[in-house]
Formats: sequence, C-alpha cells, structure tokens
Amino acid sequence: MITRVMCLMLLLLVPGSAIAVIETYEFSNPELEQRYRQLSQELRCPKCQNQNIADSNAPISQDLRKLLYQRLEAGADNEEILEYMVARYGEFVRYRPRYDGVTAVLWLAPVFLLFAGIVLALLTLRSRRKSEAQPDALSAADEEHLSSLLDKSENNS
Amino acid sequence: MAPRLKLFLPLLMFFVMAIFLFRGLSLDPQAMPSALIDRPLPDFSLPVLGQERLIQREDLVGEAALLNVWATWCVSCRVEHPYLVQIGASGVPIYGINYKDEDVAAQRWLTELGDPYRANIVDKEGTLGLDLGVYGAPETYLVDAAGLVRYRHVGVVDERVWQTILQPLYQQLVAEGVGG
Repeated sequence: MITRVMCLMLLLLVPGSAIAVIETYEFSNPELEQRYRQLSQELRCPKCQNQNIADSNAPISQDLRKLLYQRLEAGADNEEILEYMVARYGEFVRYRPRYDGVTAVLWLAPVFLLFAGIVLALLTLRSRRKSEAQPDALSAADEEHLSSLLDKSENNS
Repeated sequence: MAPRLKLFLPLLMFFVMAIFLFRGLSLDPQAMPSALIDRPLPDFSLPVLGQERLIQREDLVGEAALLNVWATWCVSCRVEHPYLVQIGASGVPIYGINYKDEDVAAQRWLTELGDPYRANIVDKEGTLGLDLGVYGAPETYLVDAAGLVRYRHVGVVDERVWQTILQPLYQQLVAEGVGG
C-alpha cells in the first residue's frame, strides 16, 4: 500500500512538459535521427529569441523541424542545411555562429581571457612568494629611529 | 601599480559595465535584419486568392511594390489593415501573401474590411514564407523594379512606420525604377 502511494507521489513529480512531445518523425536510419537531434538543438527559433527549434512550440519552429527532417531524408549534409537556413533567416539562426571577422571576438575572447587570467595569477603568486622570502626587514637607519622612539615613549610614561 | 590607485579598480570596472549596460538600453533585441536584403525575391508559383490562375515571381517584378504577409488568424494584421487600405488607395501597388490561411476566411476578410491588394498569393503551406524568411505575420517587404528585396518591416505598418520608413524608401525606389 505504502509503495503504491509512493509511486503515485513520484508520478506527480514528472513534469507535464516532458509528456507533451511536440511531434515525432520516422527516420530511415538512426544516424539521421542523431543528426536531427543535434541540428534542431543548434538552430535557433527566429520568432522566440532564446529557444532552439527543438524546444520551441512556435509554428515557425514546427515548420523548420519539418524542413530539417525533409532535408535530412533527402540526403543533405549538415553544412548544406545550415547554409539553407542562414540564407533565409540570417546568421541569427545559428547558436554556433561560424568563424569570421565579426564573430572572431566571440570565439577568441574566452581563450584570451583564460590566458590573461593565468598570466595574472602567475604574477600575483610570484610577487607574493618574493615578499614571503624577504620578511619586512627594517633597515639599520629605521631600526635606530624605532628604538629612539621607543626610548622616548618609555621616558614619557 | 600603486596600492592607492588599485583602490579605484572597482570604480573603473563599474564605469565600463555601466557604459555597456547603458548602450544595451537602446538596443532592440527583437531587431533582426532580413537575410534577403538586396537579394532577388525568391521564385514561386502559387495560386491567386479567389482565382483559378497561378502567379509567378515575374508577375510582380517590374515596378517598386509592397509585399504584405498577412493572415486572418493574425491579430496585428487586423490592426494594420485599415492603414494598408489607405496606402493602396493612394496608388501604391501592394501584393498580399496570404500566409497559412483558409481561402474562405481570407476572402470574407477582404470583402468585409476592404481589399488594398493587387493580388493575393495563397501560401497555404508557408513555402514562400519560408523562402522569404518570414517568422511571424504581419511582415511587409519592399521590392524594387528589378525584383530585389530592399527592406523588410516586421510588425504593424501604421502611419508612423509608413511615413518615416517605408514611404521615403518606396519613393526612392520608384525614382530609381524610372531612372534605370
């Protein structure tokens, strides 16, 4: 009895959206299905800004998924399909933009920042090690000055 | 760097971020230029609404014209329709693309609300829409006499959009067409 109740409670936790499968396509071979998955996650829905066409319920995404399916079954390769989409909807539809003059910053900035971070960390470590190696030793003149000040304060009290 | 100057680093970072964020306020994330700008209008051969004939790309090309993507299920299309009727009445050629719609509903719409279109292309499957890169009605394209797509406006065409953006461009295209 308890296990049955537990099972029911667990079922309630299953999100409804996971059940709402958008539509299914029959692929002639599993490799195409694999590529369909990959491409539909990589293509951005033109209407809904921050969703890929695999996640979006917008009619335009439905159309694009259908198109993607048809193109894959027709034997088009990934590059051709992406070209086709970009020719119609612009570079916007690619979540993984191609490398060119405009997107160079996008692709290179992480590498550059990582490199800059490593250099900064090394410099900080080195300067810290140096200051540890030479504890704040006072020069002879400072030592003299300090003891004279201490003497003075002792005399005053 | 002197330790005292280092204290100003957070302030400096704040200003750099503030500049970027302030710029972001005036950017429109919805703005998406059409991939077809200055490219030829795609080929098509589709039925004309309410008629037994097909219409091709060649039938449209030859003079500067507006191409308006609309549908009866599209709420904003109803908003812009009266203004399109007005533009059409002033002599601007407008072709409609009836996008993924029912013919009967579309014809009723035109008899009830007025028909500003030279002809309506029936794009039931959305194939022409796909080739144009339509992602949501209403959209309005400006095509020049040579058949190149010159501008796309996404959203309602109202008096402000027409007078500030579309009309000046349209007049320029008409002048180009006459000159060339």
